Amino acid sequence: MSERLSRLMPARLRQLIWPLMALAALLLFNGLFTDGFARVTIRDGHAYGSLVDILKLSSRVMLVSLGMTLVIATAGVDLSVGAVVAIAGSVAARLIVQQQIGLPMALAATSGLCLVLGAWNGTLVGWLGVQPIVATLILMVAGRGIAQLLAGGQIITVESSGFSFIAGGYFLGLPFPVTMVALMLLLTVALTRGTALGLFIEAVGNNETAALFAGVNPCAVKMFAYAFTGLCSGMAGIIEASDIKAADANNAGLYLELDVILAVVIGGTPLNGGRFDLAGSLVGALIIQTLTTTIKMRGVPVEYTLVVKAVVVLVICLAQSPELRKLLLQRRASA
Amino acid sequence: MNSASVISTDEAPLLAVRGVTKIFPGVRALDGVDFTLRRGEIHALMGENGAGKSTLIKVLTGADRRDGGEILFDGCSIDPRSPAEAQRLGISTVYQEVNLIPFLSVAENIYLGRQPMKFGRIDWKQINLRAAAALKHIDVEVDVARPLNSYSPAIQQMVSIARALDIRAKVLVLDEPTSSLDANEVRHLFAVLRRLKAEGLAIIFVSHFLDQVYAISDRFTVLRNGKLIGEYDAAKLPRLELIAKMIGKDLKAVEEMSARRGAEPVRTAHQPFLRVIGLGRRGSMTRFDLTIRAGEVVGLAGLLGSGRTETARLLFGIDRAEEGRMEIDGKLVTLTSPRGAIGRRFGFCPEDRKTQAVIPDLSVRENIVLALQASKGWLRKISTQQQQELVENYIKALGIATPDAERPVKFLSGGNQQKAILARWLASRPRFLILDEPTRGIDVGAKVEIEKLIARLCSEGMAILFISSELEEVVRDSHRVVVLRDRKKVCELTGGQIDLPSIMQAIAARADE
Ligand SMILES: Nc1ncnc2c1ncn2[C@@H]1O[C@H](COP(=O)(O)OP(=O)(O)OP(=O)(O)O)[C@@H](O)[C@H]1O
Ligand SMILES: [Mg+2]
Repeated sequence: MSERLSRLMPARLRQLIWPLMALAALLLFNGLFTDGFARVTIRDGHAYGSLVDILKLSSRVMLVSLGMTLVIATAGVDLSVGAVVAIAGSVAARLIVQQQIGLPMALAATSGLCLVLGAWNGTLVGWLGVQPIVATLILMVAGRGIAQLLAGGQIITVESSGFSFIAGGYFLGLPFPVTMVALMLLLTVALTRGTALGLFIEAVGNNETAALFAGVNPCAVKMFAYAFTGLCSGMAGIIEASDIKAADANNAGLYLELDVILAVVIGGTPLNGGRFDLAGSLVGALIIQTLTTTIKMRGVPVEYTLVVKAVVVLVICLAQSPELRKLLLQRRASA
Repeated sequence: MNSASVISTDEAPLLAVRGVTKIFPGVRALDGVDFTLRRGEIHALMGENGAGKSTLIKVLTGADRRDGGEILFDGCSIDPRSPAEAQRLGISTVYQEVNLIPFLSVAENIYLGRQPMKFGRIDWKQINLRAAAALKHIDVEVDVARPLNSYSPAIQQMVSIARALDIRAKVLVLDEPTSSLDANEVRHLFAVLRRLKAEGLAIIFVSHFLDQVYAISDRFTVLRNGKLIGEYDAAKLPRLELIAKMIGKDLKAVEEMSARRGAEPVRTAHQPFLRVIGLGRRGSMTRFDLTIRAGEVVGLAGLLGSGRTETARLLFGIDRAEEGRMEIDGKLVTLTSPRGAIGRRFGFCPEDRKTQAVIPDLSVRENIVLALQASKGWLRKISTQQQQELVENYIKALGIATPDAERPVKFLSGGNQQKAILARWLASRPRFLILDEPTRGIDVGAKVEIEKLIARLCSEGMAILFISSELEEVVRDSHRVVVLRDRKKVCELTGGQIDLPSIMQAIAARADE
């Protein structure tokens, strides 16, 4: 029966089926048992409700997971995304509040800086051959310090209606960050699947020597992946700062890297590199946020939140493991 | 086809496989196959690429689970779930793709996962002693404390055999053990195998080298498309008949095919395409000169470790030359990376398929288009339709056995993976192609096709550097042969000078220097 299933569906979709089923199960559970979960109300042409909140709250993880998917596909990992988020917040806030250079310029400069920070990671990993964990750990630790220095040890509050719109505004009836995610997804897909970049990334992640011998430039490919992740983190940082109308260097993006890596893995991109699945990562991010929201709405004591989250993630990962599935099938066949 | 000789059953076979079936999505890799192994015999499994040889071995040894049929070992039905379990039963295996760990020591590789312990700690002294003894048993003497990758592929191959033999095995399975060995090393291996056989070990042997198969085996079992064709006594089955059974054509067609071989392609007087003057690198190759013309095949002969692969790596910009220069079309160039070389329309089909060529999770299509795409750059993506046409052409031209082009290449048989890699380089349309052991693991029929292809590409003006341990192949296909020894170029043979004895002599001449 699984044989027939596999023939009916293209390979990419087959990958996505498990995370999608997990998400559907979570939503179904909530729709049936959590009061008010499925309710979406429209006021002034804007949608409100738990489902809308989930979309909005997961936007940061979704954005960063786009870049992280590419990094993980090259058989790397980027631990510095949370720190870059903090830096982006501090820089954007200072530029807007103290420099008065206008919102578009401030945002462009912030994004540019984050791209450079990502390129720094790319240089360490790609050209200098530093282990990805070690290389990005440097920025992870140093980056938060830099963000705190930039903020001068304070929380910089930003009073700018334009800036608040980024996280608080609505576009086409949905929170504006959703639009940002959609645009970035389109851009990432166009960059990787519309060109040969995706093939090169997968080749490098799956067998770097073979890719090198075939004429691919692994350094450049890694550089792209890390720099792009820097950019994504920068955008996430701007959203986060806009959301609280302030730059909080201590807490912005804290532990974000863990949620993002989880989202990518749940989405079906293996940690040892190779094939990647951008849509899967977004579904992974939605799963994580739905889980968090569910736990909150069902009034699970805060102490249990992380444990419940861990258990659900474990179940999803196990369900995805082909080894385990084979084992279970064999059991059933021999029983 | 009545020559499947009836086996005298006065002695119960050591291993009897009955009606075994193995199904992969889209392929029946084994379809009701029988196989019988007697005590103290060397039994060759024969068949084209993708015939199911490795699959039969994997099913026998617990690396894959069978979907049907029965395996009797010493009269008892067995169903090993892992190679470790099969090894405990007495069936030891060296798989087609060597799975040792290059950075660990030789001794560690032999005892990995079953280290002798002393007071709860690994007993290193004991490991080293036993490893040395295990290697001595197969006449290899090396320093077992040194990392595995400091030794040649031949030694590495012997190490994996030592690993398999260490536990008192009753059956030894060798899947293409000779594909990375040269003639001397093969002779050594065979001497060891004969002795083991005399000690009562039963050996299953897979190889595409017919000479070797005839030299060592007592009996053959021939598979084709996952089906059993028959079981034969080696002494009673002439070579051409064996080929006919493997490829499923009648004897006449095979005779015609083999007659066409060896037709010397005409040498065309082209301009020198590549000129190398005094190129060298410490620890890799002593300075050497080399000229290759468009439309010419230059063979590179020499023992393993004589510098054949090192030469290829220097020419392709993988290793940087420390001295000397290189001219293409009379213009000085410096190559610092494979990308640079590919930009000058070089191609390099490397020797080590698994670590340097195959990208396992990517599809056959993606593996084939990779080099061409890389040379075009990331922005100019080859359209899906063009990719499909290109790939379909090569799948047909090289006879790559795969259900479809979208299958991950890791699911192809070893020989078919090799063909896909070859297709990758042919598709990139190079002006100069370095082929390092291109026919490794490729079946007889496909070898003929590939040799024909080489001749045709040449006549179209491609320059080829052809590296092979199979000297007959070098003799047959080259316009010029460069002989290497101890990382030095020792001589160059042209035209009428190219024959087996002269090459062997040049390789072996050692004392008279
Ligand atoms: N894990 C797998 N998944 C899917 N198909 C497989 C798998 N392993 C082998 N096959 C298919 O089974 C068939 C037999 O493969 P096998 O490796 O046994 O061939 P072989 O006779 O050893 O060939 P070669 O001489 O090239 O090594 C091939 O068509 C191959 O594509
Ligand atoms: Mg095989």
